[in-house]
Amino acid sequence: MDVLREPLYRTVRLIRRFEERAIELVRTGVIVGGIHPYIGQEAVAAGVCAALRDDDIVLSNHRNHGHALAKGSEPRRVMAELAGRITGIDNGRAGSLHISDYERGLYGATITVGHGAAIATGAAWAASRDGTDRVVASFIGDGAMNQGALLETMNLASLWRVPQLIIVENNLYATTQPVGASTAGSITGRAEAFGIPGRTVDGMDPEAVLEATTEAVQRARSGGGPSLLEFMTYRFDAHHTFEYRVRLRYRTQEEIDHWRERDPVVVQGSRIPDEAREHIDQEIEDVLADAVQFAQDSPKPDPADALEYLYATGLRPRPGVVS
Amino acid sequence: MPKLSYLKALNRALGEEMERDPSVFVLGEDVNHAVTNVTAGLLDRFGPDRIVETPLSEQAVTNVATGAALWGRRPVVEFAIPFLLQLVLEQVVNQAHKFSVMSGGQARVPVTYLVASSGWRPGWGGQHSDQPHGLFVHSGVKTVMPTTPTDAYGLLLTAIRDDDPVVFIAPRVALDVREDVDYADLVPVPLGSARIHRTGHDVTVVAIGHHVHDALAVAEALADEVSVEVFDPRSLYPFDWAALAESLSRTGRLVVIDDANRSCGLAAEILATAAEEMPLTAPPKRITRPDGAVVGCNPDLDLALQPNRDQLATVIRQVMKR
Ligand SMILES: Cc1ncc(C[n+]2csc(CCOP(=O)(O)OP(=O)(O)O)c2C)c(N)n1
Ligand SMILES: [Mg+2]
Repeated sequence: MDVLREPLYRTVRLIRRFEERAIELVRTGVIVGGIHPYIGQEAVAAGVCAALRDDDIVLSNHRNHGHALAKGSEPRRVMAELAGRITGIDNGRAGSLHISDYERGLYGATITVGHGAAIATGAAWAASRDGTDRVVASFIGDGAMNQGALLETMNLASLWRVPQLIIVENNLYATTQPVGASTAGSITGRAEAFGIPGRTVDGMDPEAVLEATTEAVQRARSGGGPSLLEFMTYRFDAHHTFEYRVRLRYRTQEEIDHWRERDPVVVQGSRIPDEAREHIDQEIEDVLADAVQFAQDSPKPDPADALEYLYATGLRPRPGVVS
Repeated sequence: MPKLSYLKALNRALGEEMERDPSVFVLGEDVNHAVTNVTAGLLDRFGPDRIVETPLSEQAVTNVATGAALWGRRPVVEFAIPFLLQLVLEQVVNQAHKFSVMSGGQARVPVTYLVASSGWRPGWGGQHSDQPHGLFVHSGVKTVMPTTPTDAYGLLLTAIRDDDPVVFIAPRVALDVREDVDYADLVPVPLGSARIHRTGHDVTVVAIGHHVHDALAVAEALADEVSVEVFDPRSLYPFDWAALAESLSRTGRLVVIDDANRSCGLAAEILATAAEEMPLTAPPKRITRPDGAVVGCNPDLDLALQPNRDQLATVIRQVMKR
């Protein structure tokens, strides 16, 4: 674990600063449509992905930038993607919401909450039936717990004993809905009902996340089937940057301040020497300065290519107007 | 020559393709016991990791197929009844269909959604008799509706081999069709290629699904008065517009018959395209179910809601008068 102290810090810090720089680009209009900031939840992505191998697979959701960075996607190509540039990781077709990076095992980010976990079950089924020991981690929010397809897929994952990790980032809210007002029983209790081991873990501490995930990964790799990990976390920022314009009062300043005391960047930063931390911080500033520049300087896609990639076979559909 | 039934053709195509390509597997309900006959004998041949029995969890299972496809498999998801496609519309249209473009071309989702029996089921109530092909055509999901055993065979092979999601709809009425075939003649049928079952020079009847057989019967009955060309798109999306234009350049007259609801239906699209882009000598006509029709409530009422041969004969005569 000790050898991962600095890499974990590096990841949480990278995600934090990436998101802050991205928010600047939202404000200046370089990123159109806003983002779902991951600020506050960095420990979850960092700890989970540190427990995974490069060839393991991740399915993500709307709050996906942290997952991509933690899985190893290049910051400049992710930033360019957010800005809709042709140099983006998905050639400018994913935007903020649908990052995928097949070279890094990131199979995509799907916004129908909970449904990415079912896609993950399929990948995990194929991974195990093809005789590999690769595992699939699916990130969902607390709000996804009330989606039928998620409950269906917990049943399938358990029935088929697939190597899947259901990572629940319980940040206490689904947009404005408090988890207690929307979710009967408990999240781990639902997993247990399907015969899936469930654990609730501190999601503000990257090392606690890593420890819990490592155990679940080992179980999955050795044929022990799926696990559900509920990480208690908090987003310090808005649900989505649109919230900057519409003041929503669904949580108190006291609550936000309380969680900010457990800032994962501070938690992990305090575990490494000052010198190492300062060095990492500077390196990240450089990486992100380059990423922002790269995103801004990169060309936008050619409107003539608006139908490109629609079909894997290259089928070109009929145009919308015929002259 | 042996007689080949529609279901036997599906079963044969599936078995051969599973033999040829180990990445192909089936997900579905009651597939172990082959309730629809599509998977008959395949569990014994390929085992439970290739014929995968699923619980009644269509939305998750459809996403499971997407995930397995992203991994590199070629899943075939079998649905016994048409409304299940409506239940998984989101998973097909908003998930599977969009992964290629949203990943900038990194992802492929070669899934086949096979509805083994679609359309009117007399006495099965108002929820079992829909024809959902228009929903998928509208959404740009590749959609085929073969109506003969040889085309069912050929299009199922093509659907499985295609790198995009493909919806394969077998019209229930066509399941009764049998054909004399030489097995050596069974070949893949490309997407977007129509089939002219009968040539004619007065009017082109575009018949969707099982109405191909109605159109052939009507064409024969009217043979003394009008020469009818029977055009079977087979592949509804992509559609063989070039073949339609060619047919209309000879006949100049168009009738479309489609056992689906009227507004925004495929028949409307065919008429609109022909009117915009093709040479017509008379206004085209379509025969469909009424707007928003619910079929299946009562067998006697159902017949009043579905296109039939008398209507087709009448409309052909109307179009010929202009
Ligand atoms: C099935 C579905 N319903 C509603 C939405 C709209 N929506 C997008 S994000 C979101 C909140 C999700 O909350 P949660 O799962 O807790 O994740 P968080 O945003 O807290 O990370 C909602 C309601 C959606 N994307 N999918
Ligand atoms: Mg939440």
